[in-house]
Amino acid sequence: MGQQKLHVTLLTGRTIEQGVGKEQGKSSPLYFEACSMVYMDGDDMKKLGVKNGENVLVTTPDGSVVLRAIKYPRAATPGLIYIPYGPWANAVCSEATTSIGMPSFKGTPAEVEPAPDKPVLSMAELLKVEFGR
Amino acid sequence: MSIVKSVTCPVCGSLCDDIELTIENNEVVKVKYGCAMSESKFLGYKGEHRIKTPLIRKDGALVPVTMDEAVHKAAEILANATYPIMYGWSSTSCEAQRVGVELAEEIGGIIDNTAVVCHGPSILGVQEVGIPTCTLGQIRHRADLIIYWGCDPWSAHPRHLERYTSFTEGKFEKSEWKSYLQKVKAQAGKKKLASLRRGGFVKFSPRVQPAGAACSVTGPPQTLKKAGRKLVVIDVRKTMTAEIADYFVQVEPNKDYEVMQTLRALVRDQELDVEKVAGVPVGYLEEVADALVSCEFGVIFFGMGLTQTAGKFRNIEVAISLVRDLNKFTKFAIMPMRGHFNVTGADVVSAWQSGYPFSVDFSLGYPRYNPGETTCTDVLMRGESDASLVIAADPGANFPKRAVQHMVSKPLIVIDPHMNATAMLGDVVIPSAFVGIEVEGTAYRMDHVPLPLKKVVEPPKGILSDEEILKRILEEVQTIKLQRMKQTAEAVAQ
Repeated sequence: MGQQKLHVTLLTGRTIEQGVGKEQGKSSPLYFEACSMVYMDGDDMKKLGVKNGENVLVTTPDGSVVLRAIKYPRAATPGLIYIPYGPWANAVCSEATTSIGMPSFKGTPAEVEPAPDKPVLSMAELLKVEFGR
Repeated sequence: MSIVKSVTCPVCGSLCDDIELTIENNEVVKVKYGCAMSESKFLGYKGEHRIKTPLIRKDGALVPVTMDEAVHKAAEILANATYPIMYGWSSTSCEAQRVGVELAEEIGGIIDNTAVVCHGPSILGVQEVGIPTCTLGQIRHRADLIIYWGCDPWSAHPRHLERYTSFTEGKFEKSEWKSYLQKVKAQAGKKKLASLRRGGFVKFSPRVQPAGAACSVTGPPQTLKKAGRKLVVIDVRKTMTAEIADYFVQVEPNKDYEVMQTLRALVRDQELDVEKVAGVPVGYLEEVADALVSCEFGVIFFGMGLTQTAGKFRNIEVAISLVRDLNKFTKFAIMPMRGHFNVTGADVVSAWQSGYPFSVDFSLGYPRYNPGETTCTDVLMRGESDASLVIAADPGANFPKRAVQHMVSKPLIVIDPHMNATAMLGDVVIPSAFVGIEVEGTAYRMDHVPLPLKKVVEPPKGILSDEEILKRILEEVQTIKLQRMKQTAEAVAQ
């Protein structure tokens, strides 16, 4: 049994899979696969008792979202999580524009906890929950 | 079957113009030279995610209507609004953007492009201190030091290295492709040895550098002193581009500003009384400073890692100041890695039409620009707008939740070829033709070089270009306003 919650720094950004998915169509399965996930550090996943591909709940002061946790393959990134740009990332990203219009999409605090029983919502389901359409 | 050569790719700000397409029965069937995103767009434009007919929301659901009906409804919404926003513009042509500015002036709204959530802070930084920059052609032929700071071109601009920087054969600087291949082979060999050692098949211990520790174990690698083009990546995590870099500097999140100010001090030979800055030993930053000063022509490309983190436009201001300082010692340039294929064009068209590059407010009858007040993200989050038109962008997927919640609470018009998140939330949805595939036009590359976009196939029957749709909405808005003026004049006369 792992730790219940982990305090991390949230980054959102581009991945090549997200880029290919958005060009194919935002309602495509490829876009869903590419964006409804979160890259995590392998040791952080062990601390939470989460295996590769299992669901986690990411929570910030601006919201929460369930995503598939994937171990970041290139290097250790302790304390960092990375969600590709998309509606799932925007459910939790900071809206602080610091009076210049730019929300704080990178480098904001977040919490991650295991969510084995909660499903990852499709884009249509997520939009329905967040905006009622 | 026909082959169209030298097609400009309408995906990212690199605007690769060497794509070769094979056309069969009015469809693109093969893409040559394009990256994964390019191929996905050229082969996927006709897919099942395309909007086939105009739609209007009735009783909570989007139902098909005629083009005339959709255009009239959109014009009615805009003509009746007092503070509408018109957002997007980055994935369409300059010709459509020009009509957009005219429409914004006509309806007295805000026109804003995706720079507001992308390189808007870069524009603010440039407005503070100017920008020493150049074209990508100059970099391709002459740059011997390439720095990618807070960006990952291998993921977001896949052919940027191949066409403009490290892996391109310039007139005076050669491609580093072969040395990259050698490095990949060496890394694969090390991994294999480590695997054999773990399995007990070999007894000696090869010196394997732990992943992600490029600047924390054995000191700066000798690659920074190698001959030829050098590639430095500065980022908060080891990206795909960082893996191929000659030198990777891993910075703690939100501390790029400190690192840049440190480099500014070091290039001026100032002594620092700290051991580390943003988690990076000062000794390693001294190596980077040496490389910066000793190159013949260096360039910094920067991305969202600077514009979206703490400091935002101040990060850009100091990055440009560093480049300005470096020009006392050598030749140096800086360039933002623009994302959408014509976001640069959106800024340019907005600037030449209104005087301001983004977030332009026409509500007082003349253009005003005050980021924080007229930026559409702030307007939406303050709940001030009473209608929205979104074209060639997807704020439904890329704006903070509270901004989208307000956008959806008021009439929302969407013009896009695909059923994206914003279209799914829209009240009036008008399908458009793909610029650069089904419609020709002009787009600006990230270095402000305008390039022609080609039409290679016919759009589906009844589907118009963004420019044509906007012109029809503009005409309809003008008719509605004229009728309203006549009615008012008649009422006054009676």
